[in-house]
Amino acid sequence: MSDTHAQSAAFVRESFIPQSPPPARERGILKWGRENLFSNWFYTLLTLVSLYVVFSLLSGFLPWLFSGVWNAGSLSECREILQGVDAGCFAVLTERWNQLLFGFSYPTEAYWRPTLAFILLFVCAAPVLFSGLPRKLLILTLLYPFAAYWLLWGGTIVVPLMALLGVVLGYVAFGATVSRGFATALVAALVVAGIVWWVGIAVAGAVPDFVALMPVPSRDMGGFMLNMMLGTVCVSLSLPFGILLALGRQSRLPIIKIACVAFIEFIRGVPLITLLFVANVVLAYFLPPGTNFDLILRVIIMITMFASAYIAEVIRGGLAALPRGQYEAADALGLDYGQAMRLIILPQALKISIPGIVNVAVGLFKDTTLVSIISMFDVVGMIRGPILASTDWNGVYWELYGAAALLFFVVCYTISQYSQWLERKLATDHR
Amino acid sequence: MTMTDTPQAAPKTVDRSAMKVSDEVAISIENMNKWYGAFHVLRDIDLTVYKGERIVVCGPSGSGKSTLIRCINALEEHQKGRIEVDGTVLSSDLKNIDRIRSEVGMVFQHFNLFPHLTILENCTLAPIWVRKTPKREAEQDAMQFLEKVKIPDQANKYPGQLSGGQQQRVAIARSLCMRPKIMLFDEPTSALDPEMIKEVLDTMIELAEEGMTMICVTHEMGFARQVANRVIFMDQGQIVEQNEPEEFFNHPKSDRTKLFLSQILGH
Repeated sequence: MSDTHAQSAAFVRESFIPQSPPPARERGILKWGRENLFSNWFYTLLTLVSLYVVFSLLSGFLPWLFSGVWNAGSLSECREILQGVDAGCFAVLTERWNQLLFGFSYPTEAYWRPTLAFILLFVCAAPVLFSGLPRKLLILTLLYPFAAYWLLWGGTIVVPLMALLGVVLGYVAFGATVSRGFATALVAALVVAGIVWWVGIAVAGAVPDFVALMPVPSRDMGGFMLNMMLGTVCVSLSLPFGILLALGRQSRLPIIKIACVAFIEFIRGVPLITLLFVANVVLAYFLPPGTNFDLILRVIIMITMFASAYIAEVIRGGLAALPRGQYEAADALGLDYGQAMRLIILPQALKISIPGIVNVAVGLFKDTTLVSIISMFDVVGMIRGPILASTDWNGVYWELYGAAALLFFVVCYTISQYSQWLERKLATDHR
Repeated sequence: MTMTDTPQAAPKTVDRSAMKVSDEVAISIENMNKWYGAFHVLRDIDLTVYKGERIVVCGPSGSGKSTLIRCINALEEHQKGRIEVDGTVLSSDLKNIDRIRSEVGMVFQHFNLFPHLTILENCTLAPIWVRKTPKREAEQDAMQFLEKVKIPDQANKYPGQLSGGQQQRVAIARSLCMRPKIMLFDEPTSALDPEMIKEVLDTMIELAEEGMTMICVTHEMGFARQVANRVIFMDQGQIVEQNEPEEFFNHPKSDRTKLFLSQILGH
């Protein structure tokens, strides 16, 4: 140790320095502001310009928003009350709120039905969205479509009950015959369900007033309710169809593969609005004359087909991102195709696909406003048609479209936040 | 890594008393050929594996050794010849293939654990779904095997939280949970840090000591010397030489084997 310096080698600390806070300019908001807003003269200039722009936007918008009129019978009344002050005429929202939500011909005394269906949607979707809830609650999710149908369309309860019975008995038939092969079981299930439904139609026709709600025809559905209906139904249907299409596209059987590829590529190559026109007009030519194929059902089929093609491609990306080894490990353990997909491949592929699926879901939900073009009165259709065309409210653009935008934003932002929460919850790879 | 699951540093001495080769055939491969497109990757492979054998397959990369063992559980399809595993002839019938796969355990170079499932779920998945074992029983079983590979305390973690060596030991436990009759190892230590190779090899040695039939593709020549009863050298899709380890390493017959051995043992 002869080559160490005497003064650097031996040292014993006698008193310990207590912890002290950093200097004021290195703390909290001051530090943040200095680093992010005023770190040099150019950033300082940009900050000041931005502050000015934000200020001038808000100084115009906030008075318009807060001094707006909420109670008036028409736009001219609004103007009288405002007396030249530039402010919003939100009275249109108060007066036409029910029309914006339910359309203009849904019976007023039945407004509680869609409202109840909307509240139940959250209750019954929760077991699917939050895996922490007891699994038995999934039975609510299964019952929901039938209950919601009955609430929205009304009529005798026999219709949704027989539909449910058909599904349950079809499932039982599937379980009883599945040992003879998947295809046989599927045919058996469809035959059983078909018979029950056929009987159900006959029975419902015989007793149309048995525990019946006032029937509401599809053409009376409208407003934001229509957007929510189309969005919920089409998203929840297009996910399973998208998964099937994505798996089909990977199939080794050429017929299935070609069919799936052709479907996906065709649908993706056609604008949604064209498909909606087909649903509205052209489809009638192909159906036997006299058949009354519900317009909402036709639109649901078209939007679902459109969304499934996109979701299939998103999921294909997720499947392709999985290492080959995951398939091999599942195979090597002796899992069959269905088990390997259900237990190993799809949980991981879907997790990877969440951002893409949510992207399609949000886009699809907003695309439901396109039905206003085929003369269905969704929230945009209501604004464009009955409300703006009325003599009372002709010219109230900002308030109406702003409210529609806000409704859509709330739903889409919720979906987006949920998906981010789900991604965090499912992150188990610790990369 | 905790202290308890670090294997002892001293080299494990191999107890060969329970390693007995029986007369019963576990795997028989006759005149097997495989092509990747026009590339003839396996050529006229004839190999009979008896119950209780520990076979090490070595050879340069691209010699077809991995492909050979992947053909045994039909991860790869062979185009010509006959493979019989545990009395079942491998055909293109899916049920047949699934049955063979549930009897043959496989350990991969890159572990291939399921990252979305915990260690315990990784181990119980196949027993529950393929063997229809009740969940509780499968979990008790799995804990036994996790103790055997010395990581029972990690049972509720996810694979991503474990070191490479631990992951590979879980992969071995996962295969053992299916109570396989034959274990295939496809370069189980090639993706591991040098420090972790030993803990995996020790687990494999214990398995051999219990009389498991094993085929290992590996470059661990020490393991081959200690554990194997037969070493197979492959090159260009063919079995070039096979012999007992002593003879194989000390008196290789073919020039290709001599060259290979001089290159991997040379430094």
